[in-house]
Amino acid sequence: MTAPPPSLLVEDLAFAYPDGHQALFGVDLRIEKGERVALLGPNGAGKTTLVLHLNGILRGGRGRVSVAGLDVTKRSLPEIRRRVGVVFQDPDDQLFMPTVGEDVAFGPRNLGLSEDEVAARVTTALDQVGMSGAADRPPHHLSFGQRRRIAVATVLAMRPEIIVLDEPSSNLDPAGRRELAEVLDALPVTLLMVTHDLPYAAQLCARSVILDDGVVVGDGATHEVLADAPLLAAHRLELPYGFSPRPAG
Amino acid sequence: MGAGHGGALTARYLPGSTVVHRLEPHPKLVAVLAFALVVVSTPVHAPWAPAAYAGYLLAVLGAAALAGVGPGRLVRGLVVEVPFVAFALLLPFVARGPRVEVLGLSLSESGLAAGGGLLAKATLSILAATVLAATTEPRALLRGLQRLRLPQLLVQILMFMIRYADVVGSELHRMRVARESRGFTGGGLRGLRVLAATAGALFVRSYERGERVHLAMLSRGYTGTLPAGPAAAVDARGWAVALALPAAAACVLLTGTLAG
Repeated sequence: MTAPPPSLLVEDLAFAYPDGHQALFGVDLRIEKGERVALLGPNGAGKTTLVLHLNGILRGGRGRVSVAGLDVTKRSLPEIRRRVGVVFQDPDDQLFMPTVGEDVAFGPRNLGLSEDEVAARVTTALDQVGMSGAADRPPHHLSFGQRRRIAVATVLAMRPEIIVLDEPSSNLDPAGRRELAEVLDALPVTLLMVTHDLPYAAQLCARSVILDDGVVVGDGATHEVLADAPLLAAHRLELPYGFSPRPAG
Repeated sequence: MGAGHGGALTARYLPGSTVVHRLEPHPKLVAVLAFALVVVSTPVHAPWAPAAYAGYLLAVLGAAALAGVGPGRLVRGLVVEVPFVAFALLLPFVARGPRVEVLGLSLSESGLAAGGGLLAKATLSILAATVLAATTEPRALLRGLQRLRLPQLLVQILMFMIRYADVVGSELHRMRVARESRGFTGGGLRGLRVLAATAGALFVRSYERGERVHLAMLSRGYTGTLPAGPAAAVDARGWAVALALPAAAACVLLTGTLAG
């Protein structure tokens, strides 16, 4: 028995946008299967650029990205996009079909699955995010928190190797935040969560990585990273007033 | 933005379970298109044209009654016709040919016939389209258009319009609230400049949203075509019910042509 390949392997990834702005300067990141990792960093650190490399939306810089042993190349893109489920920040960007059910079915149908299999996956995915019964509703009838959970379901239906969430807790009310945390906590997949919300990172992810100015500047157990006040201060990260990190029980 | 709970576009739909509601969308689309074609192919200058218009009107009102679409709803549907009305009213004044005196105004006879014909044809077609819109959900209409092999790109554009009308509408609403919260009251040249800036900002925001939506679609394996779900088969009876409207109109046209 050999160990499974890491869910995500990023080696020496560098990237500059066509306008010359360089966003990544050699990022290395290895995430094992089943790990929960928070990607922290100030605005403009290159977090979004990194995320867009994980499923091959951006390519062409230096370095290598591989997902569960499969390198991101032009030819592997369909399979890469099945393996990497990206949940974008604004659910209104992610949910573009007229109904919730059709939207969750969009990914599986792109995979060419049979209609029976698509229907089964839609049911399961909506169930996993606590939204069963919403399949026939138009997205604009749902609350923001419900839409964000549906956005998670749209990638779950593709049975991804790793789910990447961009600011999952933004704009959620406290109950919506807790409900989403419960959903994410119960998912049996590898998770990479891009966030500024340090308590949320502490709650959901055992490991945290800090990205700043296009390089990884910190990597370790979340409670240790969050306890390192000079490290946080050097990278414009701040704990909310009154919050003190401690090892998860 | 008056979008209400159901959304700006869904508001056109009247839920119900009449025989017209139960029809699949694509036979209904074909029926409305065929009806409009029959109506516009009626010769305007034929002496029997007014009688034919009355016949068509009867047919479309029958369909509306069957679908449970009330007169108020039909009249509201006609609002889109206003520009045509303006044009039709202009025709008797500008057309050439023999003229008649009406209330002291000198009007062109052929202009009157053409204007009247235009008005009647537009009204009849819009009434049929109103019945369609009132009995078919927007997304069902899209499904119908897809079944009828309308180019994918057009279907997708329409789909995004339906999905994002409310999102863009509420964005516009928030911008208006923000404007007015800082004392803007509108009116005058300065008001126009502010509104133009709002329109520009809204365009940029929508454009950026479009790019983000596209990214999200690519991330889920979008390759340029929208995978369609399972489609219900339509039996001969469904087609017969839907096509009864254009068939009735065609009978009227045929009778007129033969008798006239």
